[in-house]
Amino acid sequence: MSEAVTPATTSIMETTAERQPLLSRLAPWLVFGLFAAVPLLAHAINDSFILVIATRMLIFALAALSLNLIMGYGALVSFGHAAYIGIGAYAVGILSSYGINDLLLQIAAALVVAGLFALVTGYLSLRTSGVYFIMITLAFGQMAFFFMVSLSAFGGDDGMSLSGRSTLLGADLLADNLALFYGVLIILAAAFLLMRTLVASRFGRVLRGTRDNPTRMRAIGFSPFAFQLTAYVIAGMIAAVAGVLLANQVQFVSPAYMTWARSGELIVMVVLGGMGTLLGPIIGATVFILLEDVLAHFSEHWKLGLGLILVLVVLGSRDGMSGLARRLRGGSDA
Amino acid sequence: MLEPLLAVKGLRKNFGALKVTDNVDLNVQKGEIHALIGPNGAGKTTLIHQLSGNLRSDAGSVVFAGQDITRLGMAERVHLGLARSFQITSILDGFSVLENVAMAVQARSGSSFRFFRDASREDEINIQANKALARVQLADRAYRRAGSLSHGEKRQLEIAIALATGARLLLLDEPLAGTGHEESAVLVELMRSLRGSHTLVLIEHDMDAVFSLADHVSVLVYGSVIASGEPSTVRSHPDVRAAYLGEEEIA
Repeated sequence: MSEAVTPATTSIMETTAERQPLLSRLAPWLVFGLFAAVPLLAHAINDSFILVIATRMLIFALAALSLNLIMGYGALVSFGHAAYIGIGAYAVGILSSYGINDLLLQIAAALVVAGLFALVTGYLSLRTSGVYFIMITLAFGQMAFFFMVSLSAFGGDDGMSLSGRSTLLGADLLADNLALFYGVLIILAAAFLLMRTLVASRFGRVLRGTRDNPTRMRAIGFSPFAFQLTAYVIAGMIAAVAGVLLANQVQFVSPAYMTWARSGELIVMVVLGGMGTLLGPIIGATVFILLEDVLAHFSEHWKLGLGLILVLVVLGSRDGMSGLARRLRGGSDA
Repeated sequence: MLEPLLAVKGLRKNFGALKVTDNVDLNVQKGEIHALIGPNGAGKTTLIHQLSGNLRSDAGSVVFAGQDITRLGMAERVHLGLARSFQITSILDGFSVLENVAMAVQARSGSSFRFFRDASREDEINIQANKALARVQLADRAYRRAGSLSHGEKRQLEIAIALATGARLLLLDEPLAGTGHEESAVLVELMRSLRGSHTLVLIEHDMDAVFSLADHVSVLVYGSVIASGEPSTVRSHPDVRAAYLGEEEIA
């Protein structure tokens, strides 16, 4: 944001959105444009695995994007966010085992269950803060994990294989990897736009203000709890959609999606890309999956390399890679 | 005598065995500037915390505009018209100056469970926020990052935020804390300009400011009000001279 004194003639309509440098306004187009071009690359070098990796990036980008709403804009570090990916994935697995393969129905079920789970666990978790909040979300995440492990009717520990991908209004649209890729890309773009709108809205402003100074927010007449709880529910529901997509991509559902290590990876993606920035989580998830894939080729101890990179990024810039990019082009860190 | 705007009766707060607020009675009339003075550790800030709802009282009652607010939280009291500022500047550094104030206007402008419209483009809110900024002479700083303001300007912003809540009664906790001579002159003038439109309860260590501004002074020592009245009466009160002013002479 500009530090300069604005002339008195400036309209009060002028907002930060209009003052953003050109590059940061173009950045979303760049990121989504590059992703949209991935199938061309895959076709050119005749390697269809690229498409699989790219789809995985987009799915985890969606999950990281949702976590960023509470973590980046609300300072609520949830260590149980993977539970919602699991809820979404099991919505696909369990419904399809009853012959319900429609994507819309599965997404609806995932949203309802994830929303309720977030409402109840959020209501209890948000009574705490700081480290206690992290611990209680971790506990709820693990409860969801162990619940699915013990649910032997739906595969238990072994998980369950799906017979095929979901259908959309009876049509088998997602069977093709290319169609799935673009479907996921469209959903991610929609979620990105939703997030951008939410953050700038009255609701988002209260959330951001509470992140920075909850006492100040109470002193001007806000009760932050309801806003935080709403954000927590929205984040959980979006992560559940990522779970629906993940189950469709790999055609397999397992409690392994819900472990606390998975939740930790989501946090890493958000921090890596830049907490509290709109594109950060998408970039973070992309880099994370890329490193997972590339580094894993060299060594089974690839996470050591990831750890080093994470340390460097966090030390180098408080705002992760998007902060780093901003600093490299000489912008202010504000 | 008129019904006071704020009536405090038998207010108590203990931290363990320590009586921080000990049976405080206080009446604040509408439109007056009521200064609360006392030596360090007298319990002034604790009392402000209790009046603003930041801290629960152990006993006693707080009645604001005829309504018992003893059990209400901070947010509810603000909606009734009682707002506070902080001794240690408490603004949103990362937000613009305008947004700091707009946030307070937003808090009383209908529901904030609105998810789609860009809040920074709500004209009605921005107009009112700009008015509050103009009142504290920060209009030309509206688009700066709040964290980049000078200390004195931050103190002005604190008051603008309290004004923007629409409160009738402002609890100002050492508004002059840490300010230089010129900065404090601006703030004193600002408080003087609020007389008539607002009722102020003011904690302040700067005796020049207190005695030039206040209509009524209450002296708090060890959690008790030992004297309360017009500045001239309080100034010459023997207990005040003994307990608070000691060897120091009031200018």
